[in-house]
Amino acid sequence: MIERIKKMGRASKSDLITYALVAAAFIIVQLLLMNGVITSSLRGQLVPICVYIVMAMSLNLVVGISGELSLGHAGFMSIGAFAGVVAASALTGFIGAPIPRLLASMLIGGILAGAAGFLIGIPVMRLQGDYLAIVTLAFGEIIKNILNNLYVGIDGAGIHISFTSVGALAMDGGKVIINGPQGAVDIEKLSTFAIGFALVVFALAVILNLVRSRSGRAIMAVRDNRIAAESVGINTTKYRMMAFVVSAFLAGMAGALYAMNYSSIVPKKFDFNTSILVLVFVVLGGMGNIRGSIISATVLTILPEALRPIADYRMLLYAIVLIAVMLVSNSTHLRMLIDSLKARLRRDPDDDGPAGEAPEGGENVG
Amino acid sequence: MGLQEKLRREARTLADKKEAKATPESKAARAAEGRGTYKAQQAAATGTSEKKRRVGTKMVPLPSDYIVPERDAYLTPALECRHLGIDFGGLHAVENFNLTVGKTEIAGLIGPNGAGKTTVFNLLTKVYQPTRGTILLDGMDTAHMSTDKVCQLGIARTFQNIRLFPSLTVEENVMIGLHNQVRCGMWSGIFRAPRYWLAEREFHRKSLELLDVFGMADQADAVAGSLPYGAQRRLEIVRALATDPKVLLLDEPAAGMNPSETSDLMDNIIKIRDQFQIAVLLIEHDMDLVMGICEGIVVLNFGKVIAKGTPDQVQANPQVIEAYLGVQDEEA
Amino acid sequence: MGFLSNVVNGISLGSVYAIIALGYTMVYGIAKMLNFAHGDVIMVGGYLSFISMVYLGLHPVFAVLIAICGCTVLGILIERLAYKPLREASSLDVLITAIGVSYLLQNLALLIWKSDPKVYPSVIQAEPLRFFEGQLIISPVSLVTVLVNILIMVGLTLFTTRTRMGKAMRACSEDKGAAQLMGIDVDKTISLTFAIGSGLAAIAGVLLCSAYPTLMPTTGSMPGIKAFTAAVVGGIGSIPGALLGGLLLGVAEIFAKAYISTQFSDAIVFAVLIIVLLVRPSGLLGKPVNVKV
Repeated sequence: MIERIKKMGRASKSDLITYALVAAAFIIVQLLLMNGVITSSLRGQLVPICVYIVMAMSLNLVVGISGELSLGHAGFMSIGAFAGVVAASALTGFIGAPIPRLLASMLIGGILAGAAGFLIGIPVMRLQGDYLAIVTLAFGEIIKNILNNLYVGIDGAGIHISFTSVGALAMDGGKVIINGPQGAVDIEKLSTFAIGFALVVFALAVILNLVRSRSGRAIMAVRDNRIAAESVGINTTKYRMMAFVVSAFLAGMAGALYAMNYSSIVPKKFDFNTSILVLVFVVLGGMGNIRGSIISATVLTILPEALRPIADYRMLLYAIVLIAVMLVSNSTHLRMLIDSLKARLRRDPDDDGPAGEAPEGGENVG
Repeated sequence: MGLQEKLRREARTLADKKEAKATPESKAARAAEGRGTYKAQQAAATGTSEKKRRVGTKMVPLPSDYIVPERDAYLTPALECRHLGIDFGGLHAVENFNLTVGKTEIAGLIGPNGAGKTTVFNLLTKVYQPTRGTILLDGMDTAHMSTDKVCQLGIARTFQNIRLFPSLTVEENVMIGLHNQVRCGMWSGIFRAPRYWLAEREFHRKSLELLDVFGMADQADAVAGSLPYGAQRRLEIVRALATDPKVLLLDEPAAGMNPSETSDLMDNIIKIRDQFQIAVLLIEHDMDLVMGICEGIVVLNFGKVIAKGTPDQVQANPQVIEAYLGVQDEEA
Repeated sequence: MGFLSNVVNGISLGSVYAIIALGYTMVYGIAKMLNFAHGDVIMVGGYLSFISMVYLGLHPVFAVLIAICGCTVLGILIERLAYKPLREASSLDVLITAIGVSYLLQNLALLIWKSDPKVYPSVIQAEPLRFFEGQLIISPVSLVTVLVNILIMVGLTLFTTRTRMGKAMRACSEDKGAAQLMGIDVDKTISLTFAIGSGLAAIAGVLLCSAYPTLMPTTGSMPGIKAFTAAVVGGIGSIPGALLGGLLLGVAEIFAKAYISTQFSDAIVFAVLIIVLLVRPSGLLGKPVNVKV
């Protein structure tokens, strides 16, 4: 076993550490839960932490691995959330047990979000850079706008959908699931921490496996140099789209899990601020660094919860984090300092080569 | 080149030309003739377009002065450009560019700075879509294809300003070059199906094999961006080779190299050609390299071909001397 | 008459968008970056004038001047502290920083001025103009907005074509390297661009709040994004483009609200943005950019 680990490449070793870290975190939390050390407010945060980890990892797939800035990630989360809630209600008669129903709803939420990602991706993938960012932002706002005017109810005849009012649903008894700006109401709280953890592991495996495969290398090639990628026969649109859709799918699953952790949820929860919040996780954890996303999403969700006095300054802190990380990572003086510190800490004989012009946050995926 | 073959080639290109160069009017008229439609009646009534086709058609000579190495004479040329041209705004950046590169020829594309050499490469690889003319890659028309499509068809290139994937390792760079040689879909990748492991093994084996051509296998795990300049240029060639091309385009491969590196490079280019049996078209300012290894040379100036031939012919051509040195008023 | 008053409202709103769009378009033209924080400078301008008028009891003219000065200084500060160190950075990094600045301004405003909406007293105190026996009512704010817009457009066009600094600006937007070789101080020119853009944002803030008198820390973000849309519609980097795009978008938004759906008006405006970016990314009056290989 140890022999095998030694023989593994640097990338696989790094992946193994990430998996080990996640597993260790789960075991520690379980132990703390059993001993009753965790406060109830923190216990309520366990599922959201898992959700934000998945959100951060999936956004990192687009921002860090594929190199496109998407500002509408919360939009996919909301599609997953609302589709998941409707699915959970509609499936009540077919799947009785809560866990399989939750899983099925998450899958449906993910698939719908992925489909939306594909549809949105068709126009979006024709753009690059700032314009792509703005268009994803616009789609996020459009999704929010539509969900704000979405009414869904369920009765004996099936699912009713309207974009005007509850009255227009023409319901025959039954119950209203989504009520316009008031969002999803009377949600069955199906989510559990164990499922959240399972989703984290699933998302982690999907992303890491994708990155280490032929498709993942193509995605990174397009990020590093689009023209060179085309010149070696890579269909750039296809691979940018692949990252975008997989990311939307995972965000949709996370959204479904998130929604079913509460008894009601409003569309406003998934606005631009949420997209930015997830972006802060990605940026602080390091673009392209999946393990970093996991850590930063966890820390930045617990920190304001644990330290009440800074809770008011939370958003301000996020803004400063965004600016500071960018300024520091682009400052040549600081980067040289950090590099020399790293080299000294590591004392790795292979690492004394010229640093060259390696761009930001590329190589250390995982 | 034997006379017989020359005639045959001419006949073939003429036949092709007739199809490709048919003017729009004559095409329309021919289509109308076949169907005997309203259009044909109208044309007959006015009589203009019919007449124009028979009487007024301007006949132009086709470029028949193509030369290829004798060993390639019986094979489809790896690359043929006919009347290739592109305009940027009103400027004819490249005009009436004709070129044939034999199946295993090492050809040179030279010319002063700004002559349009890299633009020709960009046309061949469809970074720009040509305004006029055709490009035949191993006999296949590449009209309206995208860059990745023509690459799959068999054209690979390196760049004047190196364009590696700097944050990835040397091996990964070559693996990306192998993208269309080894297949493994997204799902097998995500779920690590048996197909994935097979593909990864194949990727690893092939990329080391290719790196070995340039003796770079021991650097496989290094980050591409941290390699010295010469090694980056070599890696770019390896990556291009990985796409299994029929034609390899090298854009100033010796730029920034010292004489000993350049001489190694010359050996390597010949080695690649012999080993992979492909055509090489290279842009280079280092005349020792060009005259040393190129079999056919095309000289470009202001977007137009001013000379073509063997290294000796080109060197003796007064127009080439003028383009490179400027007009001499009196003999020095 | 409903139609006419919609047109008037559309032009008035469009004029505000046009003034904001100028800030985006000038910065994008020269610094080649999307200054995401521009919308929040509008909000700061609104608050500065609000404080001057309500708390300090100053005359509206002074309030506007204070807002302009404050925002100009803010704009230069943002450029110097946040954007200048990133001149060589990737556009992704610059955009993330700009989003950070935008977020920072919003949350500072939230801490200082709290989240409760302030009722903004209009800077123009006059009776509305009535036409066609009171069927078409034009508010004085609309009139002033349009007039100010025309003044700014003419002034800015003269500035960029006639003055030394204006010519330097255009040179920088064409080719920064070449401009530098010609002895133009590129840093100073970029700072000037941010100063002008932010000053205009202050004016836009005052006009916007006068027309729609609720002032919150998030007041600027929506108009900001819409004005960016307007800048793109008109062709980024073009001053007449900003005017054209602003007016088109303003009229489109009011019409969408009046004739299609109030709830979906934002979605419609964003749909316009998406369509324009796809069909004509260089905008109506912009010029296409070629990628150099």
